[in-house]
Amino acid sequence: MTDDITTDLACKELVEIITDYLEGTLPERDRARFDAHILTCPPCREYVAEMHATLRLTGRLTVESISPGARDDLLRALRRMKASSTEL
Amino acid sequence: MGSQTIVRDSDAELIALLRDGDEAAFARLIDAYSAPLLRLALAFVQSPSIAEEVVQETWMAVVTGIGRFEGRSSVKTWLFKILTNIAKTRAQRERRTIPFSEFEVDYGDEPAVDPDRFLPASHPQWPHHWATPPQPWSMGPEGTALDRETMAVVRRALEDLPRAQQVVVALRDVHGWPAADVCAALDISEANQRVLLHRGRSRVRAVLERYFNDTATLCNAESISDTKQAGQ
Repeated sequence: MTDDITTDLACKELVEIITDYLEGTLPERDRARFDAHILTCPPCREYVAEMHATLRLTGRLTVESISPGARDDLLRALRRMKASSTEL
Repeated sequence: MGSQTIVRDSDAELIALLRDGDEAAFARLIDAYSAPLLRLALAFVQSPSIAEEVVQETWMAVVTGIGRFEGRSSVKTWLFKILTNIAKTRAQRERRTIPFSEFEVDYGDEPAVDPDRFLPASHPQWPHHWATPPQPWSMGPEGTALDRETMAVVRRALEDLPRAQQVVVALRDVHGWPAADVCAALDISEANQRVLLHRGRSRVRAVLERYFNDTATLCNAESISDTKQAGQ
């Protein structure tokens, strides 16, 4: 019975629906096929683990923001706005 | 996630504080959103320095426009709209606009994995199953030289992505934005967002796979030559 589900999904298809799976947008039936497939397919389990590792590593990248000088300028501009509006 | 962009104040509170000229509230908003807004600006203009100017102009527009903000949309959506308007105008002026059609993905073929790595459809037992399966990655612990090298590879892989994929992957996976925010900011459908995310993530994984495989081959080659030398 479960064979129907597992033989149904090929590895080549799994690597294309993995994002939908991780996003939770995969229809219930495909989700079950995906879960059943990785139970019996070590290479696809490895692939899923690698995708998780990719997301973890990407999430660790440091980000560049605006320069501290630019940030100070903006806060000064806000102060000036406040001063001029209270004068009115 | 590296930097979640969560602004805790409810919108109504935040707007009231900004209207009052509350510096701390404004500083929090700048700190939470400047980095992802820079990335978003790069969806429209080519150079990082122009992107920074676009973000600064956006914040100035917030300072001068908060009094007119009617609160019909969320502060976030309002920010996205200001930024995209400024960025588009700027891109037109520079005539270096990025064709927005890049974000309109075609659903044609861009396989996540090289098709040659799978058995043919005609295979009697395992059609479309792995012929060359992925090998486990051996990552160095955080903070080590190997880990720093890996992070440099990840950064490079992200920057090398086609622009639309790069912006979507960065906003989702580096800045931790939810899908709905990315769709709203770029004005693209959820389906488009998912395709760009899928293609971008798959490419980054493929780059990392090549890197880890090469490192493993190199280590093996070194240990074989070490053994040989030891045996001589």
